[in-house]
Amino acid sequence: MSKTILKSPMRKNISIYALVIIGYIVMQCMIQTGNITSVLHGQLVPICAYIVMAISLNLTVGILGELSLGHAGFMSIGAFSGVVAATSLESIIPFAPLRLAVSMAIAAAFAGAAGFLIGIPVLRLMGDYLAIVTLAFGEIIKHLINCLYIGIDSGGLSFGFLGTASDLNLKDDGAVIVNGPMGIAGINRISNFTAGFILVMVTLFIVLNLINSRAGRAIMALRDNRIAAESVGIPVTKYKLMAFVTSAAIAGSAGALFAMNYSTVVATKFDFGTSILVLVFVVLGGLGNMMGSIIAATVLTILPEMLREIEQYRMLVYAVILILVMIARNNASFMAYLDNLKNRIVNAAKKTRKGGASVG
Amino acid sequence: MDEKRPKTKLVPVPSKSIIPERNLGKPPIMEVLRLGIDFGGLTAVDDFNLTLSHTEIAGLIGPNGAGKTTIFNLLTKVYEPTRGTILLHGKDTHGMNTAQVNRAGIARTFQNIRLFSNLSVEDNVKLGLHNQIGYGMFSGIMRLPRYWKEEKHAHEKAMELLSIFDMQDLRGHRAGALPYGAQRRLEIVRALATNPSLLLLDEPAAGMNPSETGELMENIVKIRDVFQISVLLIEHDMKLVMGICEGICVLNFGKIIAKGTPGEVQNDPVVIEAYLGRRGEEDRRAES
Ligand SMILES: Nc1ncnc2c1ncn2[C@@H]1O[C@H](COP(=O)(O)OP(=O)(O)O)[C@@H](O)[C@H]1O
Ligand SMILES: [Mg+2]
Repeated sequence: MSKTILKSPMRKNISIYALVIIGYIVMQCMIQTGNITSVLHGQLVPICAYIVMAISLNLTVGILGELSLGHAGFMSIGAFSGVVAATSLESIIPFAPLRLAVSMAIAAAFAGAAGFLIGIPVLRLMGDYLAIVTLAFGEIIKHLINCLYIGIDSGGLSFGFLGTASDLNLKDDGAVIVNGPMGIAGINRISNFTAGFILVMVTLFIVLNLINSRAGRAIMALRDNRIAAESVGIPVTKYKLMAFVTSAAIAGSAGALFAMNYSTVVATKFDFGTSILVLVFVVLGGLGNMMGSIIAATVLTILPEMLREIEQYRMLVYAVILILVMIARNNASFMAYLDNLKNRIVNAAKKTRKGGASVG
Repeated sequence: MDEKRPKTKLVPVPSKSIIPERNLGKPPIMEVLRLGIDFGGLTAVDDFNLTLSHTEIAGLIGPNGAGKTTIFNLLTKVYEPTRGTILLHGKDTHGMNTAQVNRAGIARTFQNIRLFSNLSVEDNVKLGLHNQIGYGMFSGIMRLPRYWKEEKHAHEKAMELLSIFDMQDLRGHRAGALPYGAQRRLEIVRALATNPSLLLLDEPAAGMNPSETGELMENIVKIRDVFQISVLLIEHDMKLVMGICEGICVLNFGKIIAKGTPGEVQNDPVVIEAYLGRRGEEDRRAES
């Protein structure tokens, strides 16, 4: 942020895509050669889901500049609507990858619609108030879904609220999909690492292109100086909503990906703790820094699993690492040292390349 | 489009335009009638009347706290007026917000600079061009041909505008990292990019050295001539104000105490007593 001359966004973006593609290829090689631990293998889809969550929250927090504490609420809406959609479409779209894609799109639509409804009143608030209301939103969503019953039979979907699953009055061929506080069980696990990778790439494509376009500029202008943005004719509500709804929709598709990686999912999985976890990825990775979000989400999702060996001290070590990283990132001289180191490495690389060229 | 408007004479208001005879053929850009605002019990501006003609450069002067910036905030709807009417091209701006007023033709700079400081110089200007770039969110994300075409056009337009102040080379710099004078000039470029018919400048020469101020004076006149717009500026530098303003309005305690040409205002005993005399003394004290 303290740099005088800004890097070209094109080069920055290419390195972000490259990082994700290389990560995917390395993981695939490890899977093919059987060099992957089962713990890491099991974490691949959640990592993708959390990367997508972090990028989408960074759009709200880092690019739009509004603190949201209820991002898991959108993930939850996406998870439940996505699984319900996938279950209902099972006979219509037998091809699982396509069914997954359609379900993620439906999940995004539901979460986006929720983002729109909550965004209209909430985005009029400023700063701390907005944070508090989004926090409440996340909790409300959790409790609403806890009371939700959805079943399917030959007559189509039927919905119930409060009561029990038997209130749905399903026909003999029917099955309960969403069972109140018990959530969804027996999910057809159609998510996989490749689907997660594609979702990350699509998310990057949408978010990075949005940022580097007319709308993205307007969104960042609101963040940097709202009054100045208005003074050059930028409609505040329109662009705030655009960023917020896009962010919510993407979180919804991440929820669908996440849910269909497990056989069961419950609403309490997407609670305040999850919202804060994603916010930690964003803050640690750097506000507005998508590469940072990706790295932070990956490392901090694997880390607790890696630490399982020291079971009792796991969360203690995790917390200490978090605090140390926070301190290091906020330490100007440490960051300057890292910058310096990076420049030296880049320069050395250039020199070797030049040397090689002159020889050849 | 101005031609369609009947050329009736305006109803005279208590305090008339600064130079009523200028550009009589064209209707005034802006007419402000009995504008006022109260902050709680404090009346910051009261009974402010002003008519700005087409391509006029006018000055708004007065001691600190007189209410000059507040008037800019009223004209641009950063504050909602308590009383009065603002007509822009003869149209009441009542009910419009800041963004709508800008689209209706008023652009401004700020006394305490408000740039998009984390964005590049070029992006700051492109944000001024925002409403002249037509492509939407979808074209932007999908990188449709419209995106490339209009972004290229916006880039060229931004460079052209930056060339007014010879700032093309700074296009990749972070706006917040620019030197003070360059930030002030960038604010003017960004305001101009919105294609206004009236430009409000709040202390454009503040913090500039005499040679920079001289250049700025020339550029303000050049901008008026090239873009055919009106300029209303707040400034404490009397050389600048007396040098380029065709009409001057003096404010004290939120009220107009004098209006006229630079010559008239400079010799007005009320103005000397309330503002110019006091400034003269301050300058003399500062020099000794
Ligand atoms: N938002 C506000 N709330 C209360 N008082 C204000 C506000 N804005 C300006 N004022 C008051 O209005 C008066 C005029 O201020 P201002 O327009 O900034 O003066 P200046 O002529 O120096 O630009 C001052 O007394 C200031 O305290
Ligand atoms: Mg002021």
